[in-house]
Amino acid sequence: MLEMRGINKSFPGVRALQNVDFSLNKGEIHALMGENGAGKSTLIKVLTGVYSKDGGTINLDGKVVSIHSPQDAQNLGISTVYQEITLCPNLTVAENMFIGRGKGQITNWKKMNTDADKILQKLDIPAKATQQLASCSIAVQQMVAIARAVDMNCKVLILDEPTSSLDELEVEKLFGLMRDLKATGVGIIFVTHFLDQVYEVCDKITVLRDGQLVGEYEIKDLPRVKLVAKMLGKEMDDLSDIKGEKGTYEGKDQDEKIFEAEGLQSNAGIKPFDFYIKKGEVNGFTGLLGSGRSECVRAIFGADRVIGGKVKVHGKEVKINGPLDAMKNGIAYLPEDRKIDGIIGDLSVRDNIILALQVLKGFFKPFSKAQAYAFADEYIKKLNIKTASADTPIKSLSGGNQQKVILARWLLMHPEYLILDEPTRGIDVGTKVDIQKLVLDLASEGMSVTFISSETDEMLRTCSRLVVMRDRKVVGELSGEDLTQAKIMSTIAGGD
Amino acid sequence: MNRQLLKKITGNQLFIPLLALILLALINLIADPSFFKVTLGTNNAGNPVLSGSPITILDYGSELAILAIGMTLVTAASGGQDISVGATIAIAGSVMLRVLCGTNTRPDTIQAPIIVAFLVACLVGMLCGAFNGALVSIFKIQPMIATLIMFTAGRSIAAWINNNELPIVPDPKFQYFGGFIPGIPIPTTVFIVILCVIVMSLVLKFTNLGLYTQAVGINEKSSRLNGINPTFIKFITFVILGLCVAVAALIKVSRIATINYSVIAKDIEMDAILAVALGGNSLSGGKFNMWASILGAYVIQFLTTTLYKFNVQSDALAAYKAVVVIILVVFSAPKVREYIGQFTKKLSSGKAVKGEAK
Repeated sequence: MLEMRGINKSFPGVRALQNVDFSLNKGEIHALMGENGAGKSTLIKVLTGVYSKDGGTINLDGKVVSIHSPQDAQNLGISTVYQEITLCPNLTVAENMFIGRGKGQITNWKKMNTDADKILQKLDIPAKATQQLASCSIAVQQMVAIARAVDMNCKVLILDEPTSSLDELEVEKLFGLMRDLKATGVGIIFVTHFLDQVYEVCDKITVLRDGQLVGEYEIKDLPRVKLVAKMLGKEMDDLSDIKGEKGTYEGKDQDEKIFEAEGLQSNAGIKPFDFYIKKGEVNGFTGLLGSGRSECVRAIFGADRVIGGKVKVHGKEVKINGPLDAMKNGIAYLPEDRKIDGIIGDLSVRDNIILALQVLKGFFKPFSKAQAYAFADEYIKKLNIKTASADTPIKSLSGGNQQKVILARWLLMHPEYLILDEPTRGIDVGTKVDIQKLVLDLASEGMSVTFISSETDEMLRTCSRLVVMRDRKVVGELSGEDLTQAKIMSTIAGGD
Repeated sequence: MNRQLLKKITGNQLFIPLLALILLALINLIADPSFFKVTLGTNNAGNPVLSGSPITILDYGSELAILAIGMTLVTAASGGQDISVGATIAIAGSVMLRVLCGTNTRPDTIQAPIIVAFLVACLVGMLCGAFNGALVSIFKIQPMIATLIMFTAGRSIAAWINNNELPIVPDPKFQYFGGFIPGIPIPTTVFIVILCVIVMSLVLKFTNLGLYTQAVGINEKSSRLNGINPTFIKFITFVILGLCVAVAALIKVSRIATINYSVIAKDIEMDAILAVALGGNSLSGGKFNMWASILGAYVIQFLTTTLYKFNVQSDALAAYKAVVVIILVVFSAPKVREYIGQFTKKLSSGKAVKGEAK
């Protein structure tokens, strides 16, 4: 149905796509895989008219089409649902579904609402037409976006990382919806970083690497290990046990508690909790999305307002009234949402790297330009950050590289205690493993690390102790032999 | 290589205001080369002074240039603008006169040293800035709405400070600031601007004000998580603008040795905001280029002076100015600059392909 041949696209200094082919059949779910910067997003943006291609042809239903704007793509029946929801949260579900389509639908409110309800029912989406979109969960919002696309007679539906902010149940619902659509003949392009999900719903996989096509495969012909190898361009025992390879920290002070909290409570609605971390230890908070994992570490860092409890650093009681206090006590925090809480988009990679250390150094003591460049260059090299230069605005980097810059920012501070909240979300497998290895390396050198991830196996690979959360409360702590997938699940679920 | 240089030049934020200056200069040069004639004469007091259009531009653009400094910082940190600067100039100026003249509106000698009057005016200017800043940073009111209060009340407050009378400063020394110091033929305002620019560049070099304001303007949440206090940074930019206002008020009041509450610095806030925009700075905050804003201020004054030279009636001045401003602002809009950038890139890549073919 859809055929893209020999697509080329260059940006200043980068050839983002070189001669890439891609095809999609009716009623097919086709995964588009590749590392960050492999060209997935660019290919999709070419297809949806956000970028204009430098060369190549696009065929839809056997006819050559030219797509110059997202409007063109929509008219041809190509719809996209992005990772970040691009609807208007302050409008109702129905308004969101019909807005911008002309033909006066939106003026006939009654008809619009009944039409919307019909579609929602048909697709089994748990939302009402008159409900404000913001009052729906993220998953439902995403489904509304899909419903909108589907109702516009789309032939090709592009889902760009739709699952990264959903929990498992929600993902299941989304997959159900995708299968239904597939049955009606819609072709779906699915971009994701989650390998499990690919094998759960997809029929075919196209792999890109460094802007080039690696190949198109039937799902049954490409086992997981091979897929990872194709994406990385090398054979590698990707997700093997990396914990065993690294030594643990064995200083004299390995039993010293770097950080201790007693009855810590913030205004973000978590129950008071106790917590400690020893020198050179890697521990983690686990639990379902919304269980309060992030809120706990935000309370430790003072990112939310602390309203109760005692905090000790190196056994001495301290007050942490805000991020700066935490930083002065050697605590660093890599936040969950990179875009909102992490990067300073328009500033250069250099400024983004030095920011935390600069703030710590003081308002009246700016680093010299040479010093700032030296810091930036050191970490660009150390973490293998792919950027044109240290002066490039961070927003033009790919997600994984942005994350590395934020990581560099905190490592530059040489913290004693590093908190990483979902450092690997939305990041390709290669970088994921890099970050996990880095965490263990740092710990073996004596840094204490708290690691949070939605992916339990990732936590198991890195952490030696897990604090389990349920419903905004700490419900258990696992270490040693208890650190198994099954044990974690049962603790999260509650009961024995 | 040439193309690269071209791209570097057109990509620079100073490009648009500089280009505007050059264009204005060219137009004047063609229309009347004597525009640029600077003559050395003597004024009423018998002191040597330089006169001519370039001097006028440098002289009368001073207040705007000084305000542009503060306005750039406020814009960068808060993503909004202060529309009360004209009214606060009236307040600061009025305070200055009150201190200099006391209760008597026609004193024979000044009642307090000029420096004291100026420092009190600075304090008042900064207090006004603090008031605006507190509304914006602590109470999270949109800057334009928050400063609307001062904008509305300022001139009344200024009149009230002197019981709605118009004191006249008797000391000729007071007029040095907006005029000439005996023996120096260059307007004093030029030195004041240079001083302000030096102070500002030292501040930007030896503190993190630039980095912090930009960080806060781009991403407030993220800045906070890096230990910056966004509330304080926004607050302090308004206070700095208040200080700039006091300096501008000194010049304004000194020019005529008295004050007219309803006319002094009228509409100057719009010109100050325009200067920031002409400098290619985003009015929604974030990255800024201070020097581009200052250049922008002089472009506006250059334009005004040019229009006067072309005998445009003062009533019609605003309309003519608007036309030119539209063109300038459109050209300095990021979207258009991006387009120009792409265009030059296309030119260069076209050439590169041809080169390969050979």
